[in-house]
Amino acid sequence: MLKDITLGQYFPGNSLLHKLDPRMKLLLAICYIVLIFLAKSAPAYALILLFTVLIVAVSGVSFGVVLRSLKPLFFVLIFTTLINVFWSNGTTVLWTWGPFAITREGLIRAVTMAIRIVLLMASTSVILMYTTSPISLTDGIERLLSPLAKIGVPVHTFAMMMTMALRFIPTLLEETQKIINAQKARGADFDSGNLIDKAKALIPILIPLLISQFRRAEELATAMECRCYRGGGGRTRMTVLRFALRDFFAALAVAALLAGIILLNLYFPALL
Amino acid sequence: MAEIVIKAEDISFSYESDHPADQIPVLNHLNLEIEKGSFVAVLGHNGSGKSTMAKLFNLILTPTSGNLYLFGKKFDEETVTEDEFFALRQRIGMVFQNPDNQLVATIVEEDVAFGPENLGVPPAEIRERVDAALEIVGMKEFARHSPHQLSGGQKQRIAIAGIIALRPDIIIFDESTAMLDPRGRSDVLATIEKLNREFGTTILHITHYMEEAIRADRVIVIDSGSILLDGTPAEVFSNVRTLKSVGLDVPQVTELLLEIREDGFNLPKNVLSYEEGARAIADYLNQKKGRSSR
Amino acid sequence: MNAAELRGVSYVYSEHTPFCKVAVDHIDISFEEKLVTGIIGHTGSGKSTVSQLLNGLLKPTSGVVEVDGKDIWAEPKKIRNVRFSVGLVFQYPEYQLFEETCYKDIAFGPKNMGLDEKEIDERVREAAEIVGIPEELFEKSPFDLSGGQKRRIAIAGIMAMRPKILILDEPAAGLDPRGRDEILSRVVEYRKKTDSTVIMISHSMEDMAVYCDKILVMSDSKPYMYGTPAEVFGRAAELESVGLTVPQVTKMMLLLAEQGFDVRTDVYTVAQAKAEIERLIRQA
Repeated sequence: MLKDITLGQYFPGNSLLHKLDPRMKLLLAICYIVLIFLAKSAPAYALILLFTVLIVAVSGVSFGVVLRSLKPLFFVLIFTTLINVFWSNGTTVLWTWGPFAITREGLIRAVTMAIRIVLLMASTSVILMYTTSPISLTDGIERLLSPLAKIGVPVHTFAMMMTMALRFIPTLLEETQKIINAQKARGADFDSGNLIDKAKALIPILIPLLISQFRRAEELATAMECRCYRGGGGRTRMTVLRFALRDFFAALAVAALLAGIILLNLYFPALL
Repeated sequence: MAEIVIKAEDISFSYESDHPADQIPVLNHLNLEIEKGSFVAVLGHNGSGKSTMAKLFNLILTPTSGNLYLFGKKFDEETVTEDEFFALRQRIGMVFQNPDNQLVATIVEEDVAFGPENLGVPPAEIRERVDAALEIVGMKEFARHSPHQLSGGQKQRIAIAGIIALRPDIIIFDESTAMLDPRGRSDVLATIEKLNREFGTTILHITHYMEEAIRADRVIVIDSGSILLDGTPAEVFSNVRTLKSVGLDVPQVTELLLEIREDGFNLPKNVLSYEEGARAIADYLNQKKGRSSR
Repeated sequence: MNAAELRGVSYVYSEHTPFCKVAVDHIDISFEEKLVTGIIGHTGSGKSTVSQLLNGLLKPTSGVVEVDGKDIWAEPKKIRNVRFSVGLVFQYPEYQLFEETCYKDIAFGPKNMGLDEKEIDERVREAAEIVGIPEELFEKSPFDLSGGQKRRIAIAGIMAMRPKILILDEPAAGLDPRGRDEILSRVVEYRKKTDSTVIMISHSMEDMAVYCDKILVMSDSKPYMYGTPAEVFGRAAELESVGLTVPQVTKMMLLLAEQGFDVRTDVYTVAQAKAEIERLIRQA
């Protein structure tokens, strides 16, 4: 079912990762992405893999959930792997077939790229999605970007839009499922026919969905005004973000990881 | 006499239309006074104008003609400042029909905090208000849940908590029970009664369920944009014919006793509950038996 | 003869995931032909699942679903045909309208059946007449109509497929009393006119009492009670024990019976109660 999609869903919890300041988490996630691409040697990869496993373990999110979240990546992975295997110009040829040649370098590039993508996805989703409520994430973004508001960037509006989008994704999916079922009950056929037929078959789903979203937008706007919403000016927040000791330790841990990777890159030969 | 918190004086309203000819007034010279601390149910069929009335009192719509007094002060759209306007909005809360289209945040307690945050309340006090509001609606254990995990009735109680956190004097419920199942409806209604009885909040409950209207102090029946009946539930529901003619239900027992009465048996008129009905019938039968055995 | 039957049917949502939930648990239910059967129960009692199992939108985890004596999953590829013979009107069906005109929207189902223009036209007109949509509205956009009219267009869209069994999930949800009576009486009229079978899901005991021939009470993923309204409401105490309400006059009669008066307690309408009380008064 559509609503079972776990991508972009928050798992409430009380782990260290849950408690970190969202601003710190955002900054650390960015650092982490950079780190993943800094790793060159095999031990460096091993270290960052270990660290990622550690992050998942600390978060309290089950490994099964993390693995399932990688499912949508499957085709991306296959695609990049194929490209790297067949279209990289390496010198050590392992196997040839017609114009295709598999080289050692190509193979290594394919494997390391796949590892990077998996690590990237797993770490960012655990840090930013599963252990950070979307609202504190947008909150974090809003506050990190707040200096930009001074030069006229509508940071609050942007953050509010993000929050709303996140709030209504599950509702929207549920509604889509309902409309699909209702049209199926009227004999709508979404599976047979050519591409044009299939595109046409979507009309009975998209139109009701669009209309209900417009109605929702209107009702929501009224409801927000009734709760005295008048934009970002003069607003306070219930949760005040303050960096705690744990945030500095988290930063320290990532700094240590950076040092580790640089050292391992220096002492061990690069894979490529 | 209690303070009058809402006063409608000869209010009419029609929606703007491209063709002035088919402008049908939704509200027609409406006069009404709502007392502080009262629990008023507004009954009417769809299109009777009852929701429009609610939207006027909450300043979502402005009357085409007539005067509206809120907390003893005439509301004038021309001269009201933005701050005064939002101060009124804060004092008159509104809960809508569709629970999904009122919740803005992805976590229950963040949603309840939305109103006070808009008012610029200090963080520590927002926390207090949110906890208190969730306690009142009995949803404290769901504070960290996300709204889409909740049932319709639970979502609606969160919406109510979001309004309570604004600390309003009046809460208008605009068909807030229409989309709920019986359990959700009774939970929401119990919350409404609690707000009125324990916290003295003035309640305006707009509905087309007569079972809910029975529980109010006062019932107002609206039809074609004006007030048809106004009184205690017992007074209003004794007008069985009138209510049925405008497409509304009456309690079965009220109707039953009235019909038996019309057949020439002297049963009381203003009976609403099944207990009262059984008592009235038992009394009548015992009396009759006593008389015939004498 | 039964119009449809569930035998040993279970359905589990999101099997093998942490969100796994048993919706119906080894149930046996028969729906009698040419009756209006009401299904009542709390949210989560499994009543909506039953409706989707009957028209093949959900495939049972175990057990057999039979319509007209045939296992509907015998040929999974032909499941679309089952949806034509078991029409399902969802809750708030007005949200599924999408065509430019009311006529086209009602015609969507028949068109999907592959019928010819003449047949479609005949069915659209028939269905519109049953639900009380006049011809003047045919060329109007369904989005310009009132809520009650939209709902009737949506119901006509299913009726136009001329299903042998028509299932309606909360057809009166959110309507005012007048709108509710209008829709429900037209559904009953449809059953008589087409000699078909109707299954109606509702939260309201009062509506069931007036419009249904038989009532199926569901509780905790299982059927709990089945019978005529009089039989079902005669067991008021059991109904209340599973959190369902009984009509007000039934409660009143029960109270009178408890006080020693010799009254029938399987009474659920005002007219029945009136006859019973007046009998009592005359006896006294």
